[in-house]
Amino acid sequence: MSASSAFSDDKGGSSNVGEPEYGHDPASGGIFSSDYKRHDDLKEMLDSNKDSLKLEAMKRIVAMIARGKNASELFPAVVKNVACKNIEVKKLVYVYLVRYAEEQQDLALLSISTFQRGLKDPNQLIRASALRVLSSIRVTIIVPIMMLAIKEAASDMSPYVRKTAAHAIPKLYSLDPEQKDQLIEVIEKLLADKTTLVAGSVVMAFEEVCPERIDLIHKNYRKLCNLLIDVEEWGQVVIINMLTRYARTQFLNPNINECLLEEGGEKAFYGSDEDEEAKEENAEISTMAKRKPYVMDPDHRLLLRNTKPLLQSRNAAVVMAVAQLYFHLAPKAEVGVIAKALVRLMRSHSEVQYVVLQNVATMSIKRRGMFEPYLKSFYIRSTDPTQIKVLKLEVLTNLASDTNISTILREFQTYIKSMDKDFVAATIQAIGRCATNIGEVRDTCLNGLVQLLSNRDELVVAESVVVIKKLLQMQPEQHSEIIKHMAKLTDNIQVPMARASILWLIGEYCEHVPKIAPDVLRKMAKTFTNEEDIVKLQIINLAAKLYLTNSKQTKLLTQYVLNLAKYDQNYDIRDRARFIRQLIVPMEKGGALNKYAKKLFLALKPAPVLESPFKDRDHFQLGSLSHLLNAKTGGYQELPDWPEVAPDPSVRNVELEEVFTTSEGRIGLLGDWREVIKLLERVTTLTSVPEWTKCSSRDKRKDKKVEKPFYSDSDGESGQTESADSGSDSASGSESSSSSSEESGSGSESEESEEESDSEEEEQKKKRKKIVQRKMKPSASESAASEESCGEDEKILQKPKEIRSESDEEESESESSESESESEQESESEKEVKKKKKVSVPNFPSKQTKKTTVEKKEMSLLDLDDFEPTTSQVITVNNVLSNSLVTDLEGLSLTDTMMSSATVTTASSLKMYELLHRIKGEGLAVEYCFSRQPFSSDPHMITVQIHFTNNTTSEVKTLHVEEPKLQSGMRMKEFTEIDVLPPSGSVTVVMGIDFSDSTQTANFQLCTHTRKFFVSIQPPVGELMMPVFMTENEFKKEQGKLMGMNELSEKLVLGVMCQNDHTIVQQVTSAANISRVPCGSDKECRFAGKTMTSGSLVLVTVLTKEEGAAQLTVNCEKMVIGTMLVKDILQVLTQ
Amino acid sequence: MIHSLFLVNSSGDIFLEKHWKSVVSRSVCDYFFEAQERATEPENVPPVIPTPHHYLINVLRHKIFFVAVIQTEVPPLFVIEFLHRVVDTFQSSTGSTNVGEQLPTGQLSVVPWRRTGVKYTNNEAYFDVVEEIDAIIDKSGSTITAEIQGVIDACVKLTGMPDLTLSFMNPRLLDDVSFHPCVRFKRWEAERILSFIPPDGNFRLLSYHVSSQNLVAIPLYVKHNITFRENSSQGRFEMTLGPKQTMGKAVESVVVSSQLPRGVLNANLNASQGTYTFDPVTKLLSWDVGKINPQKLPSLKGSMSMQTGASKPDENPTFNIQCKIQQLAISGLKVNRLDMYGEKYKPFKGIKYMTKAGKFQVRT
Repeated sequence: MSASSAFSDDKGGSSNVGEPEYGHDPASGGIFSSDYKRHDDLKEMLDSNKDSLKLEAMKRIVAMIARGKNASELFPAVVKNVACKNIEVKKLVYVYLVRYAEEQQDLALLSISTFQRGLKDPNQLIRASALRVLSSIRVTIIVPIMMLAIKEAASDMSPYVRKTAAHAIPKLYSLDPEQKDQLIEVIEKLLADKTTLVAGSVVMAFEEVCPERIDLIHKNYRKLCNLLIDVEEWGQVVIINMLTRYARTQFLNPNINECLLEEGGEKAFYGSDEDEEAKEENAEISTMAKRKPYVMDPDHRLLLRNTKPLLQSRNAAVVMAVAQLYFHLAPKAEVGVIAKALVRLMRSHSEVQYVVLQNVATMSIKRRGMFEPYLKSFYIRSTDPTQIKVLKLEVLTNLASDTNISTILREFQTYIKSMDKDFVAATIQAIGRCATNIGEVRDTCLNGLVQLLSNRDELVVAESVVVIKKLLQMQPEQHSEIIKHMAKLTDNIQVPMARASILWLIGEYCEHVPKIAPDVLRKMAKTFTNEEDIVKLQIINLAAKLYLTNSKQTKLLTQYVLNLAKYDQNYDIRDRARFIRQLIVPMEKGGALNKYAKKLFLALKPAPVLESPFKDRDHFQLGSLSHLLNAKTGGYQELPDWPEVAPDPSVRNVELEEVFTTSEGRIGLLGDWREVIKLLERVTTLTSVPEWTKCSSRDKRKDKKVEKPFYSDSDGESGQTESADSGSDSASGSESSSSSSEESGSGSESEESEEESDSEEEEQKKKRKKIVQRKMKPSASESAASEESCGEDEKILQKPKEIRSESDEEESESESSESESESEQESESEKEVKKKKKVSVPNFPSKQTKKTTVEKKEMSLLDLDDFEPTTSQVITVNNVLSNSLVTDLEGLSLTDTMMSSATVTTASSLKMYELLHRIKGEGLAVEYCFSRQPFSSDPHMITVQIHFTNNTTSEVKTLHVEEPKLQSGMRMKEFTEIDVLPPSGSVTVVMGIDFSDSTQTANFQLCTHTRKFFVSIQPPVGELMMPVFMTENEFKKEQGKLMGMNELSEKLVLGVMCQNDHTIVQQVTSAANISRVPCGSDKECRFAGKTMTSGSLVLVTVLTKEEGAAQLTVNCEKMVIGTMLVKDILQVLTQ
Repeated sequence: MIHSLFLVNSSGDIFLEKHWKSVVSRSVCDYFFEAQERATEPENVPPVIPTPHHYLINVLRHKIFFVAVIQTEVPPLFVIEFLHRVVDTFQSSTGSTNVGEQLPTGQLSVVPWRRTGVKYTNNEAYFDVVEEIDAIIDKSGSTITAEIQGVIDACVKLTGMPDLTLSFMNPRLLDDVSFHPCVRFKRWEAERILSFIPPDGNFRLLSYHVSSQNLVAIPLYVKHNITFRENSSQGRFEMTLGPKQTMGKAVESVVVSSQLPRGVLNANLNASQGTYTFDPVTKLLSWDVGKINPQKLPSLKGSMSMQTGASKPDENPTFNIQCKIQQLAISGLKVNRLDMYGEKYKPFKGIKYMTKAGKFQVRT
């Protein structure tokens, strides 16, 4: 035991340095044996059956670890308890494991299976903690397991688990940087998460793993801005810092037009907030009117507006983060708001004060006016720690100006009397800097400093000498008296720097003190050997200068000094002596430089500039560690310079679309109101009161009440609109608006809605939108035809464009007004096309309302020319069938083993998804659908039909795909390039994507001859599979193999529409590409399919019971797919 | 972000360590000890210390240094604020030793700062409005700078999910505010009302700064006369305290402390009330005055013995003054009403006011 203990201690002994540890030394008999016994004790306790004993043992072990004692020998005894049922014990075992697993990798592997089981636990807290521990165990061999666990957790239903997944990413990355690419995929996925819980954590992972991938932020930028206020404090800091960098790459410098009239800009600081905002708005309007080149990007404004309220955070780190954001990103006139908050932080702990003052010191150089009103807050108290005093002094010095210098100097006078001599020295330097910067007070300061020369404290005198020397250099002629005075000081002052300064002064201005200078040299020659090196060098200097000006008196002295220096111990001094001798003493030969010696030595030297040590520190991002240390630290991301030309702002546009797609039916009208308001708000780019979104449902109701006046467009209400808008954010995050606030499953529910984006929902949205519009303009479209709604939608959407460029405005307006007729024309032309090509449109569910049919038709106009001849025939057949016929046929097909499965799949309507909105695509609208046809060239690929419509007045050429960004395992077969798409023409092509059995998005660029659009396709889980035919027996056999964890069961109540068999079959097959399995019982509907890539079976059973009750069972090897499928099928069946 | 954490006590022992990533040797703390030595005073240890491979960020609380080891760029305030929050949590959770209570249930709730299922038999909500006066008074007694900082600390023990609103009679007084995350900012912006679902137990609801336009009432004055003579072994010390603007309230718990010059060997003083101490090593004079009686002003008079031969000190000491005034918010801030929504029962409500001297210095 003794040997093993000592050995393991050596191995992990780093933690025990300098700590007297019992039981290390086998020689320390008694103590050692008692220790040995104690550990034995613990082992016994751990092996017992009583949880209380185990707990006690674990507590003691963890306490040992905390004290830095080695407990590694207990590893085998502890690891056994990893499966302990008692959660307390378990937690402490986890703590132990995380600490020692790295040292005992083989044993640690024993525990892995427990965590893997934990990852599947129904309790989200346990799933999360299993992942946390798994990712904290630094054992390289389990990297693949960790990777898998993280990937699965990233699509967990619980946002808390997803958050934990985000936390695990940097840990895995630090363990194995080779996983970077895969981790980036997970980060990308999590960045798209819409819950506040995840946002901060994933941005943290982003910053640690791939801070250079700024492109991943584009699509999430607006979401992050809007969520920010609800994110927990620590997440806010990380997000704000990251967004600062982001903004520096994407937006233009708001101060680009700032002329050199600094003072003009600074005046605005003194105005109240409201004034500023008014000004700012005016300014924006006026700049627009004058067509000045700079207009702030609305997204830039969004960031500034949404961060501002966080200046009121109780968390100093958040306040600092916002302050640096404003300092680096805001127009000069707005930066002032941060001063008050920063000054507030100075009331906090002294460490906080220290960091804040460092940053204020840097800021106050660039923006003095900002802190001037708070001058007195930087006054120094005798109780401040010295390091705080010095920093405050720095700030006070930076703030000094003609107007306040007298106040500041009076304050400095008090400081000079302080008992803290280091602080007094710093004050003297500060006075020196004030004197150099403000000419008016130079003489006053100089006189004050000269008085200090008679101070009793040598340090004070020395510091004064050094500062006076610098000041005198500016105007030496007038101050020979002071120089004389200082010459006398050489007798008393011992501080080397001060002596050196005096000697230099006398040498430099020896012509002003011709009588004293040689005498000083005489005295110095006497003490030469005892002086410090810097003083010796100055003595040589003085000698040389005197030799050149007054060689009569000083020749011998100089020779003497140079001889002393020749044999000095310091080679610098020997060098200097040799150099000077050659230079000044005339030699017989050579000495070409001799004639210039006087010029060399007595040249007019420029006065030193006394600069703040904080000058230019703002090239480091403020608030960062690098800034504080004034040195680049590891992992520091440079703050980029503003771009000359703003990159394409439309890359962030996805979010605008997402605002629509994310809305949940549950939120109801209220939710949609908010969306529109949000849009409007974005459109009008109101700059006004910040929002804070901790509204309860009660607040929201209130907001709703006041919403109406907003539409009168009066500025006063703008604040309300913002609150309403932010309300929707929190609602989408938590669902609290529609249900009681105690509901806790909110996160998962909202996620659900993210994933589903079926046409039902879109329809509803359109309807809702329309209602809202009617309310907005009651006179306008009350009686208007349904088509008009589309046109109006466009108008709203187009507004941002109008603001960006006025030239675009006309075009888009005419476009939107045309859109009504346009869409009619289109629908007619479609009909024609239809007739011509004899290709019919797939059926729509009958419940679809007229209102949307126009658009639907437009989208579903299928140009099937590109289809394989074999499949197109099948389609034609199917499309002719009526809905009921299809289901009938379907029943038939089930009995007919020979029938192609494709027949069944096409029965349900094809849902169209938007790929590129026509606004974003600048007239090019692109939609896609999953045709459920086998993709000809690759059986693992899913066929995606893509439908292009050209809404512009010009031709769109060379449409093609570029730069697909695919998750690992995914593949894509691009469609063939489309040469020309005529105005108002449309075309449909197919492409194949292998999603590798995941719902991850396929990202790629859609390119035209002029533009590139970033687009992405995300398949609903039901499209990731294809039908499989099997008999009832086969089905049961397969189902038997997929029990336990692979089986998911859910009770439900069938929706009104789904009460009969037919509709159930129809609904299920519409949600997923699977086929019905024939069966004897009419209470049961069975469906089978397999995933495209891996071919894993997907078995679905719907068991109907009394009164519309039913049970849904999904058996699938791929649990994620199973879970998502259950959700989707539930959704369609309960409608 | 934080790699490891070491806790160092006042005698320089590392008594606790925690590693979040791989284990960092505790020898890294040697750099901290070096910096500590250089700093002489514990308060002058730089909060951020760079070492060859790590950066040490430390905070000092309760004479314990919390030394965080980090390896890469991180906002220093992030770490500092976090460490302070850790200490706060330690402080407030002493008593509950059960680890199980710390499950992150809040994370899953709609109101992350409040756990669900809170139950009390006595429902009560207490609010303390505490204001501190920070001031510097110069030799002649005139105010160089004075400002009022206030906080509202709450102790809320209410069943269920109460939703509270607190309004002020004169909210305009508040110039700069910072809130607990539970406060709805929007409501404040629009109506100047604090609306919030409170956390359970003790918390700081609000910190504020009173707008500097308002003249700050200075509750007491100091008359002093401290003289040192050249080449004398004696110095005179005289000081008298008196109430100034106290709105008729008594000034209590007055303590005056001052760092006397190094040349002072001892002080032989006579306090008309309370007791004084003088530490000849640190040269710290402290006078515990107690309550000020306006009829009989407290004074401290006597002589100081000086080092013989030493020259007259050129600095004069400053007085740091602590005091309390009960039932008064010196800014005049008044809570108008406190209402509760969301729950049926009637809670017991209480508001207390207090004014304290914060960083209150009198220069001589």
